[in-house]
Amino acid sequence: MHLTRLALTDFRSYAELSIELGPGVTTFSGPNGEGKTNLVEAISYLATLGSHRVATDAPLVRRGAQRAVLRALVTATRGSSLLEIELNPGRANRARLNRAPLPRPRDILGALRTVLFAPEDLALVKGDPAERRRFLDDLLAATAPRYAGVRADYERVLRQRTSLLKSAGAKSTLRGPAREAVTATLDAWDAQLARVGAQLLAGRVRLITALRPHVAAAYEAVRGGPVSAAGSVLRMCYRSTVADPGSDHGPDDQIPGLEAAMLKALAGIRDSELDRGICLVGPHRDELDLSIGGLPARGYASHGESWALALAFRLASFELLRQTREDPVLILDDVFAELDAGRRERLAALVVGAEQVLVTAAVPADVPGILEGAQFDVHGGLVRRAA
Amino acid sequence: MYEGVIQNLIDELGRLPGVGPKGAQRIAFHLLAADQADVKRLADALIEVTERVRFCRTCGNVAEAEECRICLDPRRDPTVICVVEEPKDVAAVEKIREFRGRYHVLGGAISPIDGVGPDELRIKELMTRLTDGTVTELILATDPNLEGEATAAYLARLVKPMGLRVTRPASGLPVGGDLEYADEVTLGRAFEGRRLLDV
Repeated sequence: MHLTRLALTDFRSYAELSIELGPGVTTFSGPNGEGKTNLVEAISYLATLGSHRVATDAPLVRRGAQRAVLRALVTATRGSSLLEIELNPGRANRARLNRAPLPRPRDILGALRTVLFAPEDLALVKGDPAERRRFLDDLLAATAPRYAGVRADYERVLRQRTSLLKSAGAKSTLRGPAREAVTATLDAWDAQLARVGAQLLAGRVRLITALRPHVAAAYEAVRGGPVSAAGSVLRMCYRSTVADPGSDHGPDDQIPGLEAAMLKALAGIRDSELDRGICLVGPHRDELDLSIGGLPARGYASHGESWALALAFRLASFELLRQTREDPVLILDDVFAELDAGRRERLAALVVGAEQVLVTAAVPADVPGILEGAQFDVHGGLVRRAA
Repeated sequence: MYEGVIQNLIDELGRLPGVGPKGAQRIAFHLLAADQADVKRLADALIEVTERVRFCRTCGNVAEAEECRICLDPRRDPTVICVVEEPKDVAAVEKIREFRGRYHVLGGAISPIDGVGPDELRIKELMTRLTDGTVTELILATDPNLEGEATAAYLARLVKPMGLRVTRPASGLPVGGDLEYADEVTLGRAFEGRRLLDV
C-alpha cells in the first residue's frame, strides 16, 4: 500500500498542510526543527493511533488550537481509502473511514500500515524492558488488529487489580474472615488477568518465533557479512514471569496452558503482591532478552551494534508484515545520519524495493544515491516539492 | 450565560446523562415556549418519581411499594434468580417475556478503580435469599465486559459450596446480523462457544 495524499490541520507546527505523494522513494529534507519529524509522526499516528514521541495527544495539537485533524488517502490493492482522525485532547478522539464515522477509533487500525525507523529506536536495545514489550505489542496489533483489544483489556484488568491491591494496604498479615474477603475479590480478578494475559502471552510468543529468523537475517545484512563468529551471535529469548524460563524458546503458545500457569504463578506470589500493592507477574513484567555473543545487548553492545540491532528489528517487522499482506509504508526518520557509509548503503539496498519509502534527512547528502525519487523541501512550516 | 432561573434550569438539565450544554439550552427554551399544562405534567412526574419510587427490599429493582411487582407476583418461578447490575437490565431481560424467574439487582459491578467492592453491592442480600434452599438456579447476567465478568466470577465462587446450578448467558453473534459486521472480539467469543449441529 502507499499514501497518495496527506492533509493536516493544526497538527504540531502545521496550521494547514496538504501534500501529494506517490509510490517509490520520497525524501523530505530541511534544517533541524522545521517540521520533518512532525510529518512522519502524523503518518505514524494514522497507522497506530499513537505517537512514537509522546504518550498523550495534547502536544500533537498546534498551540492555541482546540483540535487537530489528520487525513490520508491510502491506495492499496483492494482500492483506495480515506482515513480521517480528529484529535480532541481531554475528550474522545474521532475517526472516520471513507467518510463513515467509526464507533471506536481503533477500528481504523489496519487501514494504513507503516513501519517506522526513528532515532528513538535505540531504546529498543538500550532502554527499559517496557520498550521491548511495547515493540512486541505494537507489532502484534499490526499483524492482527484483534490484539489491540486484547492489550487494552489487559491494561484495564491490570489497573483494576492494582487498585484492589493498593486499596488494601499491606494485607499479607491478615488472617481469618478479613483475609478471605480480600482474597475472594482478588480471585475474581486473577481469573480475568489470567484469561486476558494468556492471550497476550500466546500472541507474543508466536510473534517472537516468527520474528526470530527475520531479525537474524536483517542483523547480518545491516552489519555486512555473516555473523558466524561466536563473538557476534545474536540471541533473542522471551523471559516470562509466568511460565518456566528453562526452555530455550521460552514458554509455548498454548492459551489454556498459559492461563493455568498464570493462575499458578499468581497464587504463589499472592503474599508479596498484597504486601507491595502491585501486580508482580504477568506479561506486563516480562522481558525480551537480547544478547550478542553471549553478552546482554543492553549495557554491553556498543552504540553502533545497538543501532544495527534496532534497525534489524524494524527491518524484520517490515519483512513479517509484507509476508502475509501487501507492503506497509516504510518510513525512515533521520536514520542515515547515525550510520557509517557502508551501513547506509546496505540499509538503502534493503529498503529500496518497498512499495513506498518515505525518508527524512537534515543533510540530503546523507541519503544514499540509490534512494532517488521525489524530493520535498521542509522549511519554515512549508513543505514544497523541490524542482 | 442567562439570568437567574433560566440559567439554573439549563445547568440542571446539563447535568443529565446524554445532555450537553447546547442540548440543555434547547430543552430549556422548548419548555419556556411549551404549553404550561404540558410542562406542569413533566414537573409533576419528576416530583412523583422522587417521592414514590424506591428500591425493592428483596431484589433491589425499582418499586412503588416495599417490594417490586415481580417479587410480589406469585406466578413467577421462585427457584430461578437472574442476577443483573442495574434496574434497567431487569427491563431488558423482561423483554424476552419468557423468563419466568425472579431478579436480583446488584447495583453495579465490582470495580476497584471506582472503589466498588463486594460490600458496596447487594451481595449480602443475595446470599440471604439463597439460604432457605428454594432457589436452584442462579443466572449471572452481569454485563459482558471486564468488570461484569469479574463480578460473575466472584459470585460463582461465592455460591459454589451451595451446590446451585450457576449459569451465564452466552456471548455471541447478534441474531439477524451479518457475520462480516461483527467485531473481532465478539466473533472470537462466538467461535469459542460454537455448538455441534446435531442432524
